[in-house]
Amino acid sequence: MLHYDYHKPDSLKEALGLMAQYKDEAVFIAGGTDVMVQIEQRKLKPRALISLRNVVDLKRNEDTTIGAGVTLRELQKNPMIQEHFSALHDAACNLGSIQIRNVATIGGNICTAAPSADTACPLLVLDAKALLVSATGEREVDIDEFFVGPGKTVLRKGEILKEFKIRRFTENTGSVYIKHTRRAAMDLPIVGIAVRITLNRNDVKCRDALCALEPISKIMGYFEDEELKCEDARIAMGVVAPRPIRARHAEAALKGKVLSEKLIAEVSEIAVSEASPRDSVRGEAWYRSEMVKVLVKRGIMKAIERIVRPGEVVYPERLW
Amino acid sequence: MKREMMFKLNGEAVNVEVESAWTLLYLLREILELTGTKLGCGYGECGACTVIMDGQAVNACLVPVLEAEGKNVTTIEGLVQPDGQLHPLQRTFIDHGAVQCGFCTPGMIMSAKALLDENQSPTDEEIKESIAGNLCRCTGYVKIIEAVKAASGR
Repeated sequence: MLHYDYHKPDSLKEALGLMAQYKDEAVFIAGGTDVMVQIEQRKLKPRALISLRNVVDLKRNEDTTIGAGVTLRELQKNPMIQEHFSALHDAACNLGSIQIRNVATIGGNICTAAPSADTACPLLVLDAKALLVSATGEREVDIDEFFVGPGKTVLRKGEILKEFKIRRFTENTGSVYIKHTRRAAMDLPIVGIAVRITLNRNDVKCRDALCALEPISKIMGYFEDEELKCEDARIAMGVVAPRPIRARHAEAALKGKVLSEKLIAEVSEIAVSEASPRDSVRGEAWYRSEMVKVLVKRGIMKAIERIVRPGEVVYPERLW
Repeated sequence: MKREMMFKLNGEAVNVEVESAWTLLYLLREILELTGTKLGCGYGECGACTVIMDGQAVNACLVPVLEAEGKNVTTIEGLVQPDGQLHPLQRTFIDHGAVQCGFCTPGMIMSAKALLDENQSPTDEEIKESIAGNLCRCTGYVKIIEAVKAASGR
């Protein structure tokens, strides 16, 4: 059996002090749903674990600040998150199981930096900023600069991810995260796509069409007739590169344009060209590319649906 | 590193010496000999080790033992009344044939209990969500969902 010390500091200062005592050879642990598995698989043999579970400084969850120590279950149950940061709410509802979500934290999901991390794409489209704290000070990093590669981030030794800052968007904004999996629960995404769209207005006349099962081309025709314009857009993709990435060219192609079926088809093709998926046990590269094409389209439609019909769940059976 | 630890287990205060690298599951099964909580995968995938800690269902195999310090932990052994009367969930699992090999059952019941403690009349979807982290290879889940529904009084 392995041996390691286990510490439960109450404050960030104490946690950073402990890490310094171990000369950066200890490992921070939050919910433990990744760290404990790595220890069980002997991929990690820590001298000591420093638990961040009782650090109150990491628990803030208000307005535009989400503490790194907030659990996914807390995010799932938070109506503010559902209303304003819907993409993040989608991720929180679909990660692991309730047992996992009760302890796993958003900060842990990001710091583990798996290419499949469910909360990564939502944070990318929500333009989140990460606040990193060390004994010598703090720095703010754009979430897009936080990820380096699989399991690699810009986090230095002796540095703790404290919280995320997300600005509030106008009510003409909707966001969504679509996790494409084989199973409905306890699975990692084959591909994960997050989209945020800001429209030029939300008084869309064809709002009922979004709930009727009319073909997409007909609905897009209504959008064109009404000159519904995309003011701003973000598209993020998971499991198609060594780290979660933004589809910047696709975003640029969407921005400032009147929505049409042709435009959305073009945008999804551009997103595919920005992805570099690999074959893995969960899916082959060609399949991932095909699904990027489908899911970017679907994500755009679902994000629009969230603006036009706020407060309503996106119907899973309405696949777009 | 050995340490004394206090926590509440099935309503009783327990004082026990633990090794800091243990999991809560190891303490429960190997030291306290409460083997109702099962070790399935050890990676948090199967839910056979589900216990309730401060009102929340957790995978005991992923809980570092010292995180249970000062907490209130309930295992399947804590469900039966002192007079031997079964918990309503245990009763309905038997009545609905929701148990076959029985290995997943303690975890299933603890997940369902955590749900019912919070929400007395869950929808089918909420029941499914609550046991989504518990694998059963025998029953196909239908009987289990029926049993939870019956215990909820819906």
